[in-house]
Amino acid sequence: MFELDGYAPIIIAGLKNTLLVGLSAMCLAVIFGLVGAWAKSASSYLLRSFANLYTTVVRGVPELILLLLFYYGFPQLVQDLSASLGYELVMDLNPFLAGTLTIGFIYGAFCTEVFRGAFSSIPKGQAESAQALGMSGFLLYRRILLPQMMYFALPGLGNIWLVLIKATALISIIQLDEIMRMAKIAANATREPFTAYFLASLLFLGITVVSMVAQHYLEKKWARAGSY
Amino acid sequence: MAWQQFFDYLPRLMEGFWVTVGITGLSVLIGLCLAVPIALMRLSPYKILQWPSYFFIFYFRGTPLLVQLFLIYYGSGQFRHELSEFGLWSYFREAYFCAVFTLTLNTCAYTAEIIRGAIQSVPKGEIEAGRACGMSGSLLYRRIIFPGALRIAWPAYGNEVIFLMQASSLVSIITLMDLTGVARQIISETFAVYEVYLLVALLYLVITYVLAFVFKKIENRLQRHNQLFS
Repeated sequence: MFELDGYAPIIIAGLKNTLLVGLSAMCLAVIFGLVGAWAKSASSYLLRSFANLYTTVVRGVPELILLLLFYYGFPQLVQDLSASLGYELVMDLNPFLAGTLTIGFIYGAFCTEVFRGAFSSIPKGQAESAQALGMSGFLLYRRILLPQMMYFALPGLGNIWLVLIKATALISIIQLDEIMRMAKIAANATREPFTAYFLASLLFLGITVVSMVAQHYLEKKWARAGSY
Repeated sequence: MAWQQFFDYLPRLMEGFWVTVGITGLSVLIGLCLAVPIALMRLSPYKILQWPSYFFIFYFRGTPLLVQLFLIYYGSGQFRHELSEFGLWSYFREAYFCAVFTLTLNTCAYTAEIIRGAIQSVPKGEIEAGRACGMSGSLLYRRIIFPGALRIAWPAYGNEVIFLMQASSLVSIITLMDLTGVARQIISETFAVYEVYLLVALLYLVITYVLAFVFKKIENRLQRHNQLFS
């Protein structure tokens, strides 16, 4: 069914880059999310405003626009700025880096909301008793809040991952050799676009199914650890 | 490029804006009409009705919209002869038709899942009370289940509409001149990359929050019975 004149293995090879971009973007999104959630609960007005601006803007603008803005707009901005200072600077972004940073930045905003909700689900007594034992700041965060928060955040993070991995298909627009771009190459070469894109869609479906099974297993495991 | 020049491009951006609104509006309306029967099929006790809607929802929620768009727009070319025989090729040749078709199927799958969840969350007591009053079948659905499900589904449905409006920016990749498409065209003429993208991002931001505001207003109206003061 999927012969494609020998192009099928090339599309499957694109899976590696899709997963690589997806996983690195997810790690970045979790970091952005943790920082964002911390900033949203900070006492400083400036930090809170920045965090609110971040989540408001990112959730209100299409991913495609943000990707194009970063990949094409940012180097141009740097060039114009350096030109106005009298330097001549040519900047080219690596598609992998640009894609990972953009997707991570976008889904970091969604992670912020998930983490914020998870932190507020932890009973107040937990932090108070830790403070009574003399823990504070980072130690309190690392030993008490973070492990308990993960249990509440896991379902939300799982959903973000499922959306994020589908969003990586966009990076084919900036010529990264992931599933979608390989499917396009195969479609053009074999003149069987339907077969090529259908194979690509099945690969994404496969990632979704594996992720859902893994999420179910993790939630079960963490549920035991998180039960009071 | 002077910021002043934006006013020269505003009419073209407005045209793009209307294309975005048109594609989103059409897909949302048709998608909603199709989603209700699909959600009901998903909830039916008959396997033969359940499975097709299950696979439809699973496929369209489990794959990226971009793949679906390419599958229908470029993929239909592979079946050109078959489509011509049924007189459908003239439709599938059009980017606009393919865009609306894909977005409709996509939003239909997500909406069906929202509706299914909402119907299942209608409190059992309300349904039993309806039955006790002698309602059954379509009357029970029309008077009790659908109004209850609408209230539960509304916030999630609002998010889905907003997501679809943002996702419709992808149709610029299959040559349509929506807001994103017009922006890319203007950039290719002026080389003002970040200025134009920032302006368009701002426009999308405005549309998003206007939609969010409208949905919130309607939600408040749907929840009138829960408010102490109104």
